[in-house]
Amino acid sequence: MTDKASVTAPSTSGNVIAKYLPVYFVLLAIAGLEVFLVYWNFSALTLLVILLAMAVCGAALAVMYFMHLAQERPSLFLSLIPATIFVLFMMNAIWTDSFRLLHMKPFAH
Amino acid sequence: MSESQLAVHGAIMESSPYAIPSRKLTMWLFIISDAVTFGACLMAYGYLRTASTDWPTPFKFYPTILNVIIMTFVLITSSLTMLGAVDAAKVGDKAKTTRFMWSTIFLGALFAGLHIREWLGLIGEGVRPFHNPWGSPLFGATFFNITGLHLLHVIGGVIALFVIWRGYTRGTLTAGHVETTGLYWHFVDLVWMFVVPMVYLLSIQR
Repeated sequence: MTDKASVTAPSTSGNVIAKYLPVYFVLLAIAGLEVFLVYWNFSALTLLVILLAMAVCGAALAVMYFMHLAQERPSLFLSLIPATIFVLFMMNAIWTDSFRLLHMKPFAH
Repeated sequence: MSESQLAVHGAIMESSPYAIPSRKLTMWLFIISDAVTFGACLMAYGYLRTASTDWPTPFKFYPTILNVIIMTFVLITSSLTMLGAVDAAKVGDKAKTTRFMWSTIFLGALFAGLHIREWLGLIGEGVRPFHNPWGSPLFGATFFNITGLHLLHVIGGVIALFVIWRGYTRGTLTAGHVETTGLYWHFVDLVWMFVVPMVYLLSIQR
Protein backbone atom coordinates (compact mmCIF):
# COMPACT_ATOMS: atom_id res chain seq x y z
CA MET A 1 0.00 0.00 0.00
CA THR A 2 1.39 3.42 -0.87
CA ASP A 3 1.68 6.23 1.61
CA LYS A 4 -0.77 8.28 -0.38
CA ALA A 5 -3.37 5.55 -0.12
CA SER A 6 -2.65 5.03 3.53
CA VAL A 7 -3.55 8.54 4.65
CA THR A 8 -7.10 8.42 5.87
CA ALA A 9 -7.73 12.05 6.72
CA PRO A 10 -11.33 12.68 5.79
CA SER A 11 -10.98 15.54 3.36
CA THR A 12 -8.74 16.63 0.56
CA SER A 13 -10.16 20.13 0.55
CA GLY A 14 -7.78 21.49 3.16
CA ASN A 15 -10.84 22.67 5.10
CA VAL A 16 -10.59 20.04 7.80
CA ILE A 17 -10.46 22.63 10.61
CA ALA A 18 -13.99 23.83 9.84
CA LYS A 19 -15.20 20.25 9.59
CA TYR A 20 -13.94 19.34 13.06
CA LEU A 21 -14.76 22.62 14.82
CA PRO A 22 -18.00 21.18 16.31
CA VAL A 23 -16.02 18.30 17.89
CA TYR A 24 -13.45 20.83 19.15
CA PHE A 25 -16.14 22.97 20.78
CA VAL A 26 -17.85 19.94 22.35
CA LEU A 27 -14.51 18.87 23.87
CA LEU A 28 -13.98 22.39 25.25
CA ALA A 29 -17.55 22.41 26.58
CA ILE A 30 -17.01 19.07 28.33
CA ALA A 31 -13.84 20.41 29.96
CA GLY A 32 -15.62 23.59 31.05
CA LEU A 33 -18.65 21.72 32.37
CA GLU A 34 -16.40 19.42 34.41
CA VAL A 35 -14.88 22.42 36.20
CA PHE A 36 -18.34 23.92 36.73
CA LEU A 37 -19.73 20.70 38.22
CA VAL A 38 -16.97 20.16 40.78
CA TYR A 39 -18.06 23.35 42.56
CA TRP A 40 -21.58 21.96 43.02
CA ASN A 41 -22.31 19.99 46.16
CA PHE A 42 -22.31 16.50 44.71
CA SER A 43 -21.15 13.62 46.86
CA ALA A 44 -17.63 12.39 46.05
CA LEU A 45 -18.95 9.18 44.45
CA THR A 46 -21.56 10.97 42.32
CA LEU A 47 -18.98 13.49 41.20
CA LEU A 48 -16.51 10.73 40.33
CA VAL A 49 -19.12 8.93 38.21
CA ILE A 50 -20.18 12.14 36.43
CA LEU A 51 -16.59 13.21 35.70
CA LEU A 52 -15.59 9.75 34.49
CA ALA A 53 -18.64 9.56 32.21
CA MET A 54 -17.81 12.96 30.73
CA ALA A 55 -14.15 12.03 30.28
CA VAL A 56 -15.18 8.83 28.47
CA CYS A 57 -17.46 10.85 26.16
CA GLY A 58 -14.62 13.27 25.39
CA ALA A 59 -12.18 10.42 24.79
CA ALA A 60 -14.65 8.66 22.48
CA LEU A 61 -15.05 11.84 20.41
CA ALA A 62 -11.27 12.26 20.20
CA VAL A 63 -10.71 8.63 19.16
CA MET A 64 -13.52 8.43 16.63
CA TYR A 65 -13.10 11.85 14.97
CA PHE A 66 -9.69 13.39 15.71
CA MET A 67 -7.98 9.99 15.37
CA HIS A 68 -10.34 9.00 12.54
CA LEU A 69 -11.13 5.56 13.95
CA ALA A 70 -14.72 6.02 12.77
CA GLN A 71 -13.40 6.12 9.20
CA GLU A 72 -11.20 3.04 9.44
CA ARG A 73 -12.43 -0.49 8.83
CA PRO A 74 -14.66 -1.78 11.65
CA SER A 75 -12.18 -4.62 12.12
CA LEU A 76 -9.60 -2.15 13.48
CA PHE A 77 -12.07 -0.80 16.01
CA LEU A 78 -13.13 -4.30 17.02
CA SER A 79 -9.54 -5.46 17.40
CA LEU A 80 -8.44 -2.53 19.56
CA ILE A 81 -11.21 -0.99 21.60
CA PRO A 82 -13.15 -3.88 23.22
CA ALA A 83 -9.92 -5.52 24.42
CA THR A 84 -8.70 -2.21 25.87
CA ILE A 85 -11.98 -1.59 27.67
CA PHE A 86 -11.93 -5.16 28.98
CA VAL A 87 -8.40 -4.77 30.40
CA LEU A 88 -9.24 -1.41 32.00
CA PHE A 89 -12.44 -2.87 33.40
CA MET A 90 -10.63 -5.86 34.92
CA MET A 91 -8.27 -3.50 36.76
CA ASN A 92 -11.25 -2.48 38.90
CA ALA A 93 -10.77 -5.67 40.89
CA ILE A 94 -8.40 -3.68 43.12
CA TRP A 95 -11.10 -1.55 44.74
CA THR A 96 -12.26 -4.08 47.32
CA ASP A 97 -8.72 -4.30 48.60
CA SER A 98 -8.35 -0.54 48.88
CA PHE A 99 -11.57 -0.38 50.95
CA ARG A 100 -10.21 -3.23 53.09
CA LEU A 101 -7.10 -1.13 53.76
CA LEU A 102 -9.30 1.80 54.72
CA HIS A 103 -11.05 -0.29 57.35
CA MET A 104 -7.68 -1.33 58.76
CA LYS A 105 -6.89 2.26 59.72
CA PRO A 106 -4.84 3.69 61.39
CA PHE A 107 -2.44 1.38 59.50
CA ALA A 108 -3.79 2.86 56.28
CA HIS A 109 -1.99 6.13 57.05
CA MET B 1 0.99 -19.96 -8.18
CA SER B 2 0.76 -23.47 -6.77
CA GLU B 3 -0.70 -24.21 -3.35
CA SER B 4 2.72 -25.14 -1.99
CA GLN B 5 4.10 -21.78 -3.12
CA LEU B 6 1.12 -20.01 -1.53
CA ALA B 7 1.77 -21.89 1.70
CA VAL B 8 5.32 -20.57 1.70
CA HIS B 9 4.62 -17.02 0.54
CA GLY B 10 1.03 -16.64 1.71
CA ALA B 11 1.82 -14.49 4.70
CA ILE B 12 3.91 -12.10 2.62
CA MET B 13 1.28 -11.72 -0.08
CA GLU B 14 -1.66 -11.34 2.25
CA SER B 15 -3.14 -7.87 2.20
CA SER B 16 -3.46 -5.88 5.43
CA PRO B 17 -6.69 -6.87 7.20
CA TYR B 18 -7.15 -3.31 8.42
CA ALA B 19 -6.19 -1.58 5.14
CA ILE B 20 -3.66 0.62 6.94
CA PRO B 21 0.13 0.65 6.69
CA SER B 22 2.30 -1.11 9.26
CA ARG B 23 3.51 2.11 10.87
CA LYS B 24 -0.03 3.24 11.54
CA LEU B 25 -1.04 -0.12 13.00
CA THR B 26 2.10 -0.06 15.14
CA MET B 27 1.19 3.37 16.43
CA TRP B 28 -2.33 2.15 17.27
CA LEU B 29 -0.84 -0.80 19.20
CA PHE B 30 1.53 1.55 21.03
CA ILE B 31 -1.40 3.84 21.88
CA ILE B 32 -3.40 0.92 23.27
CA SER B 33 -0.50 -0.25 25.43
CA ASP B 34 0.11 3.32 26.59
CA ALA B 35 -3.59 3.74 27.40
CA VAL B 36 -3.40 0.69 29.63
CA THR B 37 -0.25 2.09 31.28
CA PHE B 38 -2.02 5.35 32.09
CA GLY B 39 -5.08 3.36 33.16
CA ALA B 40 -2.92 1.39 35.62
CA CYS B 41 -1.37 4.62 36.98
CA LEU B 42 -4.80 6.18 37.49
CA MET B 43 -6.11 2.99 39.11
CA ALA B 44 -3.12 2.96 41.48
CA TYR B 45 -3.83 6.59 42.29
CA GLY B 46 -7.48 5.75 43.04
CA TYR B 47 -6.45 2.73 45.11
CA LEU B 48 -4.06 4.73 47.31
CA ARG B 49 -6.46 7.64 47.62
CA THR B 50 -9.33 5.40 48.71
CA ALA B 51 -7.14 3.60 51.23
CA SER B 52 -5.85 6.83 52.81
CA THR B 53 -7.81 8.73 55.42
CA ASP B 54 -5.87 11.98 55.09
CA TRP B 55 -5.62 12.49 51.34
CA PRO B 56 -4.99 16.21 50.72
CA THR B 57 -7.26 18.34 48.52
CA PRO B 58 -5.00 21.35 47.98
CA PHE B 59 -5.99 22.75 44.58
CA LYS B 60 -7.51 26.25 44.66
CA PHE B 61 -9.31 27.76 41.67
CA TYR B 62 -6.51 30.29 41.41
CA PRO B 63 -3.83 29.51 40.41
CA THR B 64 -4.11 25.73 39.91
CA ILE B 65 -7.54 25.10 38.37
CA LEU B 66 -7.36 28.22 36.21
CA ASN B 67 -3.97 27.07 34.98
CA VAL B 68 -5.42 23.62 34.22
CA ILE B 69 -8.29 25.21 32.25
CA ILE B 70 -5.79 27.15 30.13
CA MET B 71 -3.64 24.02 29.66
CA THR B 72 -6.70 22.04 28.54
CA PHE B 73 -7.66 24.75 26.05
CA VAL B 74 -4.10 24.82 24.69
CA LEU B 75 -3.89 21.03 24.29
CA ILE B 76 -7.31 20.58 22.64
CA THR B 77 -6.49 23.48 20.28
CA SER B 78 -3.20 21.78 19.40
CA SER B 79 -5.17 18.70 18.37
CA LEU B 80 -7.15 20.88 15.97
CA THR B 81 -3.99 22.36 14.45
CA MET B 82 -2.58 18.82 14.13
CA LEU B 83 -5.66 17.85 12.11
CA GLY B 84 -4.89 20.80 9.83
CA ALA B 85 -1.28 19.64 9.46
CA VAL B 86 -2.34 16.11 8.47
CA ASP B 87 -4.86 17.43 5.96
CA ALA B 88 -2.37 19.86 4.43
CA ALA B 89 0.30 17.13 4.21
CA LYS B 90 -2.17 14.86 2.45
CA VAL B 91 -2.67 17.36 -0.38
CA GLY B 92 1.09 18.07 -0.47
CA ASP B 93 0.86 21.67 0.73
CA LYS B 94 4.20 22.00 2.50
CA ALA B 95 3.78 25.66 3.50
CA LYS B 96 0.44 24.99 5.16
CA THR B 97 1.74 21.80 6.77
CA THR B 98 4.63 23.82 8.21
CA ARG B 99 2.30 26.49 9.61
CA PHE B 100 0.02 23.92 11.25
CA MET B 101 2.84 21.76 12.57
CA TRP B 102 4.66 24.73 14.08
CA SER B 103 1.39 25.89 15.62
CA THR B 104 1.08 22.44 17.19
CA ILE B 105 4.71 22.50 18.34
CA PHE B 106 4.24 25.96 19.85
CA LEU B 107 1.05 24.93 21.67
CA GLY B 108 2.69 21.73 22.92
CA ALA B 109 5.69 23.69 24.22
CA LEU B 110 3.32 26.21 25.83
CA PHE B 111 1.46 23.36 27.54
CA ALA B 112 4.74 21.93 28.84
CA GLY B 113 5.79 25.37 30.10
CA LEU B 114 2.49 25.87 31.93
CA HIS B 115 2.79 22.39 33.39
CA ILE B 116 6.32 23.01 34.66
CA ARG B 117 5.17 26.32 36.17
CA GLU B 118 2.40 24.40 37.96
CA TRP B 119 4.95 21.90 39.29
CA LEU B 120 7.28 24.66 40.48
CA GLY B 121 4.38 26.28 42.34
CA LEU B 122 3.61 23.02 44.17
CA ILE B 123 7.28 22.33 44.87
CA GLY B 124 7.47 25.86 46.30
CA GLU B 125 4.64 24.94 48.65
CA GLY B 126 6.65 21.98 49.91
CA VAL B 127 5.24 19.12 47.83
CA ARG B 128 7.79 16.38 47.17
CA PRO B 129 7.37 12.83 45.82
CA PHE B 130 7.40 11.43 49.37
CA HIS B 131 6.37 14.40 51.47
CA ASN B 132 3.87 17.25 51.50
CA PRO B 133 2.66 19.65 54.18
CA TRP B 134 -1.01 18.62 53.99
CA GLY B 135 -1.46 14.88 54.53
CA SER B 136 -0.70 11.51 53.00
CA PRO B 137 2.85 11.52 51.60
CA LEU B 138 1.62 9.35 48.75
CA PHE B 139 -0.13 12.38 47.26
CA GLY B 140 3.11 13.78 45.86
CA ALA B 141 4.25 10.38 44.60
CA THR B 142 1.08 9.75 42.61
CA PHE B 143 0.69 13.36 41.46
CA PHE B 144 4.21 13.64 40.09
CA ASN B 145 4.03 10.11 38.65
CA ILE B 146 0.87 10.67 36.60
CA THR B 147 1.39 14.28 35.56
CA GLY B 148 5.10 13.60 34.98
CA LEU B 149 4.39 10.68 32.69
CA HIS B 150 1.96 12.84 30.73
CA LEU B 151 4.42 15.74 30.58
CA LEU B 152 7.06 13.32 29.28
CA HIS B 153 4.65 12.32 26.50
CA VAL B 154 4.03 15.97 25.60
CA ILE B 155 7.76 16.79 25.48
CA GLY B 156 8.41 13.61 23.45
CA GLY B 157 5.57 14.57 21.12
CA VAL B 158 6.94 18.08 20.57
CA ILE B 159 10.35 16.61 19.66
CA ALA B 160 8.72 14.02 17.38
CA LEU B 161 6.65 16.72 15.65
CA PHE B 162 9.80 18.74 14.97
CA VAL B 163 11.65 15.71 13.58
CA ILE B 164 8.70 14.71 11.37
CA TRP B 165 8.22 18.29 10.14
CA ARG B 166 11.91 18.48 9.23
CA GLY B 167 11.79 15.18 7.37
CA TYR B 168 8.55 16.04 5.61
CA THR B 169 9.74 19.42 4.35
CA ARG B 170 13.02 17.85 3.17
CA GLY B 171 11.13 15.14 1.35
CA THR B 172 12.54 12.21 3.32
CA LEU B 173 9.27 11.56 5.17
CA THR B 174 5.73 11.40 3.84
CA ALA B 175 2.23 12.54 4.72
CA GLY B 176 1.76 9.08 6.24
CA HIS B 177 4.42 9.91 8.84
CA VAL B 178 2.66 13.19 9.66
CA GLU B 179 -0.62 11.33 10.10
CA THR B 180 0.94 8.68 12.36
CA THR B 181 2.51 11.40 14.54
CA GLY B 182 -0.87 13.09 14.63
CA LEU B 183 -2.41 9.91 16.07
CA TYR B 184 0.11 10.04 18.90
CA TRP B 185 -0.55 13.72 19.53
CA HIS B 186 -4.33 13.21 19.76
CA PHE B 187 -3.71 10.40 22.24
CA VAL B 188 -1.72 12.76 24.47
CA ASP B 189 -4.76 15.06 24.37
CA LEU B 190 -7.04 12.13 25.20
CA VAL B 191 -5.05 11.12 28.27
CA TRP B 192 -5.24 14.68 29.61
CA MET B 193 -9.05 14.40 29.53
CA PHE B 194 -8.75 11.74 32.27
CA VAL B 195 -5.86 13.28 34.20
CA VAL B 196 -7.69 16.58 34.75
CA PRO B 197 -10.82 15.22 36.47
CA MET B 198 -9.11 12.37 38.33
CA VAL B 199 -6.02 14.17 39.61
CA TYR B 200 -7.00 17.86 39.74
CA LEU B 201 -10.76 18.32 39.89
CA LEU B 202 -11.35 15.65 42.54
CA SER B 203 -8.74 17.36 44.74
CA ILE B 204 -10.06 20.92 44.81
CA GLN B 205 -9.93 22.86 48.04
CA ARG B 206 -13.45 23.54 49.43
